[in-house]
Amino acid sequence: MAGLATTFGSGAMTNSINEIENAQVMLVIGSNTSEAHPQVARRMFTAMDRGARLIVIDPRRTLLAQRADIHLAIRPGTDIPLLNAMMRIILDENLADDLFIEMRTENFYELRDMLFRLDLEEAARITGVELASIRAAARLYGRAQKAVICYCLGITQHVCGTGNVQSIANLAMMTGNVEKEDTGVDPLRGQNNVQGACDMGALPNVFPSYQQVDIDDFREKFERAWHVSLSPRPGLTLMEMTHGGKNGPLKAMFIMGENPVLSDPVMSRVEETLDNLEFLLVADIFLTETARRAHVVLPAASFAEKTGTFTNSERRVQMVRRVIPPLGQSRTDADIIMDLSARLGYVMDYESPAEIMEEIAMLAPIYGGMHHDRLENSWGLQWPCWDREHGGTPFLHKYYFTRGKGRFVPAAHEPPAELPDDDYPFLLITGRIYHQYHTGTMSRHSVLLSREAGEALLQLHPEDGRRLGVRGGEMVRMRSRRGEVRVKAQLTETVKAGEVYTTFHFSEMPVNLLTVSAKDHFSQCPEYKICAVHLEKV
Amino acid sequence: MHDILTTCVYCGCGCGVYLHEQRGRVVGATPSRNHPVSRNNLCVKGWHLHEFIHHPSRLKEPLMRKNGKLTPVSWDEALSFAAHELGRIAAASNGNAVGLLSSAKCTNEENYLLQKLARAVLHTNNVDHCARL
Ligand code: SF4
Repeated sequence: MAGLATTFGSGAMTNSINEIENAQVMLVIGSNTSEAHPQVARRMFTAMDRGARLIVIDPRRTLLAQRADIHLAIRPGTDIPLLNAMMRIILDENLADDLFIEMRTENFYELRDMLFRLDLEEAARITGVELASIRAAARLYGRAQKAVICYCLGITQHVCGTGNVQSIANLAMMTGNVEKEDTGVDPLRGQNNVQGACDMGALPNVFPSYQQVDIDDFREKFERAWHVSLSPRPGLTLMEMTHGGKNGPLKAMFIMGENPVLSDPVMSRVEETLDNLEFLLVADIFLTETARRAHVVLPAASFAEKTGTFTNSERRVQMVRRVIPPLGQSRTDADIIMDLSARLGYVMDYESPAEIMEEIAMLAPIYGGMHHDRLENSWGLQWPCWDREHGGTPFLHKYYFTRGKGRFVPAAHEPPAELPDDDYPFLLITGRIYHQYHTGTMSRHSVLLSREAGEALLQLHPEDGRRLGVRGGEMVRMRSRRGEVRVKAQLTETVKAGEVYTTFHFSEMPVNLLTVSAKDHFSQCPEYKICAVHLEKV
Repeated sequence: MHDILTTCVYCGCGCGVYLHEQRGRVVGATPSRNHPVSRNNLCVKGWHLHEFIHHPSRLKEPLMRKNGKLTPVSWDEALSFAAHELGRIAAASNGNAVGLLSSAKCTNEENYLLQKLARAVLHTNNVDHCARL
């Protein structure tokens, strides 16, 4: 979420989920909300029942797109030219919020100059959408009093992910759609506690509460609290750690509750990297594809067997409660870390998760008032929550942005790393489906969820199916420059001709074998939303 | 039967869910009526939240690779070997050759401890999680 942090100073949902119900216009971009965030979609449907208008920007005709007032079915990877075109139209038609731009933001002129150089016809051609529809969308969004933009992984998982997010922020700031209730920019987090993992500093460049490791004041604070000296050098990112191959930078890894073999874009590269480690330690609840390669596997307790907190997409920190004791010999990840740490000569002595949270509240300003006793007796608190008296923050950036002034950062179109050609004529888009969750470590072990959506399907336009001689339910061989898989075809008009869609939940059909490892230069987000493939009937 | 209010683990919406416990087993999940997100409603994943908890293939004991095969061992053996290896490689490389991945499925408290383990104990900032994925 690097883009939003650069622009606003904070990379989280600016609204609460319930505020979406009161929006007048909703712009949903790169998010299959009804499948990935059902409760958010529910608020959108309520808003529509109350008369709100919906704009969906998505290459696919998702369930939400079918209900939209305007669906812009752009070519994958062309979000930036589309958003820039919308902004240019907003400028031309005097729909920009000049007062807001003047008072609350900086660097607008750079954006304006870039927009004035933009050729609208050309931008429309790149995106594959009629200029008239873009104009309609720009007007609808630009004129709204209360407008929210929701986006998800479809936006961040591109070579230009950071630019995409900045463009969204530019659009919102230019129209003054940020500082109010029911109005804002809402990145929907993929997994349940991604927000919390970021807040807690499970990132190579920041301590908890986004305090940079290379800023002396922050580092010294943690050195004093932890009684150690700390490295000022930002560490390696996930991609750098797991894609080094034989000569990678790491010799040992500890992977807690993650399955990078399956979730990473280029699977064979991750396997090679892990297999070449001198030592791999994995703690998980199941023997995942990653755990199978480990030297030591520790059985972890599930969420029903421990106490602690999760932070949801709207920054709400809430309790997770122990229902049963850890199964078999399994232990909570907290117990595992404390035991390991003691054996490494550093004693972490906490009586309970509540005591860990006390230390967090002391060191992480945005969690300053998050104490278990307060969270126990409420529906949780939304950060920033500065101290015990503070009641939490339902929506962000009232009066001022986290970074002071909101900063416009113009972004130019960057074509995707790989596009279809004669040898690989189809564009493969990957995503997630409703019934399965990420790599499926938990959900595939649920009987019902597997029955509802038990195997990977490749969505193919009926016209393409006819041309390839493939009927629904038949197997096709799908090949990219990097590998090949076999998958069952499903004919549907959800996708456009020339484009195919599948998910990455299934180890039998590891679509990550095919995808590209080009990544966003800035946020290091792997581009595995699109790549070029060749299809033939098996 | 025992109902305990907790938070769903399947997506970033964070619904409030009651888990039903019966003789040491989690047997069902129902939405909280007053929780601001769930408001008496869950998606299909939430209704089946309890199903993976008692799956027969849950890991129940520590495993260690011996002669190429993952073999059950005691916690003590697994942890002392793990600590020894991590400590050895961290010390030899000044923390540069170890990396830790945390999880968006673990609690805040656990994420906090993992990054503390990386930074304070293994002397490395090589810590990340799967937000990017
Ligand atoms: S019940 Fe569904 S919408 Fe609610 S948190 Fe769980 S997965 Fe998300």
